[in-house]
Amino acid sequence: MANVLAVTEQRDGALRKTSYEVVWAARQLADAMGGTVDALVVGAPGVDAAGAVLGEVGADRVLVAESAAFGRYAPDGYAATAAAVVKAGGYGAVLVAATATGKDLAPRLAAALDAPLATDVTALAFAGGKVTATRPVYAGKAIQQVTLDAPVAIVSVRPNTYAPGKSAKAGAVEKVPAVETARVVVREVKAAAQGKLDVAEASVVVSGGRGLKGPEHFALIENLVKAFGAAAVGASRAVVDAGWRPHAEQVGQTGKTVSPQLYVAVGISGAIQHLAGMKTAKVIIAINRDKDAPIFQVADYGIVGDLFEIVPRLTEEIAKARAG
Amino acid sequence: MKIAVCIKRTPDTEARVRIAADGVSLDETGVKFILNPYDEFAVEEALQRRDKAGAGEVVAIALGPDAAQETIRGALAMGADRGILLKADKVPADALAVAKALAAELKDGGYDLVLFGKMAVDDHNHAAGPMVAELLGLPCVTAISKLELEGGKGVAEREIEGGVEVVEFALPAVLTAEKGLNTPRYPALKGIMAAKKKPIEIRPAALGAVRAQVSALAPPPERKAGRIVGEGPDSVPELVRLLRTEAKVL
Repeated sequence: MANVLAVTEQRDGALRKTSYEVVWAARQLADAMGGTVDALVVGAPGVDAAGAVLGEVGADRVLVAESAAFGRYAPDGYAATAAAVVKAGGYGAVLVAATATGKDLAPRLAAALDAPLATDVTALAFAGGKVTATRPVYAGKAIQQVTLDAPVAIVSVRPNTYAPGKSAKAGAVEKVPAVETARVVVREVKAAAQGKLDVAEASVVVSGGRGLKGPEHFALIENLVKAFGAAAVGASRAVVDAGWRPHAEQVGQTGKTVSPQLYVAVGISGAIQHLAGMKTAKVIIAINRDKDAPIFQVADYGIVGDLFEIVPRLTEEIAKARAG
Repeated sequence: MKIAVCIKRTPDTEARVRIAADGVSLDETGVKFILNPYDEFAVEEALQRRDKAGAGEVVAIALGPDAAQETIRGALAMGADRGILLKADKVPADALAVAKALAAELKDGGYDLVLFGKMAVDDHNHAAGPMVAELLGLPCVTAISKLELEGGKGVAEREIEGGVEVVEFALPAVLTAEKGLNTPRYPALKGIMAAKKKPIEIRPAALGAVRAQVSALAPPPERKAGRIVGEGPDSVPELVRLLRTEAKVL
């Protein structure tokens, strides 16, 4: 019997959405392995309050490591703390969300534990005593199955792929020691504009491309994002390379790979490296003047025409639909 | 300043992906290979830091097959001083095995700085850099988009969801480069000619046990054919109706 450890992530004491996803993913894997789920919450004193809800998404126990040094992400301390928990025994797999933090943490943890790693995983299976992870490679142009052959497997799970369901586990909170090693220190976190969602996390992404003709026209995209509510602005490589938008918004092989519920591609022709970054979206809408643009081959719904007429109308109708 | 930059030979981002007959690897027929785009930022940063220090050397290290020598030549053409190829017929899917081989090479190299791209565009692992740092017990900042170095100390910025972390560290350190850290130079003809004479040492990669194995590689599931709802703004109400009643995403 092997148990699963889900390493959660918090910002300012509040758990990130991906934390619920990773605990839920751990629950599914633990059920397949015949084990239990421990959720690890690392943060500043008082963070235990945030962890108390994790039983609802499948945590049997919630392990809390508190330290004044852990309010912000502390790469070495978080890794050492998680490694100490794993070394205490009983885990067959450790799951982390493949966020900016998780992508940094998971490899450190794998090296510290001498355990193999599978990153950005979209599905997990347990067979023959081994964990097999499904993960997109070549920016989604192929899907790889990778089998981890070791007593402990480290896995980072792609955000937005596990939709947490309801569970009713105990989720009893226990304190574990914080290991405060620090070779690097996060001195400051400069927050982006209030309420701004990251393109990799948002459940709706509206991306703009060269069809917008200039950076000033991204206001159209931003307005549509506002109409959707919990949405984020994305951008094609062409407009990022042209300096219209920051790289943080780039979707595609040299940008972010996203799996939102809804992806709206505006004025994006659909280069192979862009399609690779958004093809796993649940629903894709394309708005483009060229009816032969490759984006229409992956889009569930397309509208051909002038985006400068279509997008304002769509913004209006979405706002209406959401209000009604 | 002695700087190592760890680079990877990857398929071009525009390459079409076909699966080889073995069912677990890429069919490389007709595929163009390039220096991993994120590694270009690492090479550029290394060159700028060396030149700013006024002394030192940039060593480009790749792990891979013989053909990765071309990738190293590309870094040499940009301005790196010498190359090391850690030869492996195939780059294993086990990032930790790769990191161990790199760490063994870097351990006694006396490097002030070890640079990587934040990830490779083939396996998307984001792993080799922080793993090497952990194995060597070095400070590490990943996916940096800004870097200041002064008197053995550094401050780097890394993008996180909805913000930027400002991270302090001391040298020697391992850093991985995000797009935007700098603007990589194109090799000039003079650099390309000079690169032919620069040395590349070749030795076997000390990979050790490979415990992450690819058991299958397949094309992604095809999306079922979509449809054009209509032309122009008048088709918007129908689109919104479909989003609500058919796709159920509103």
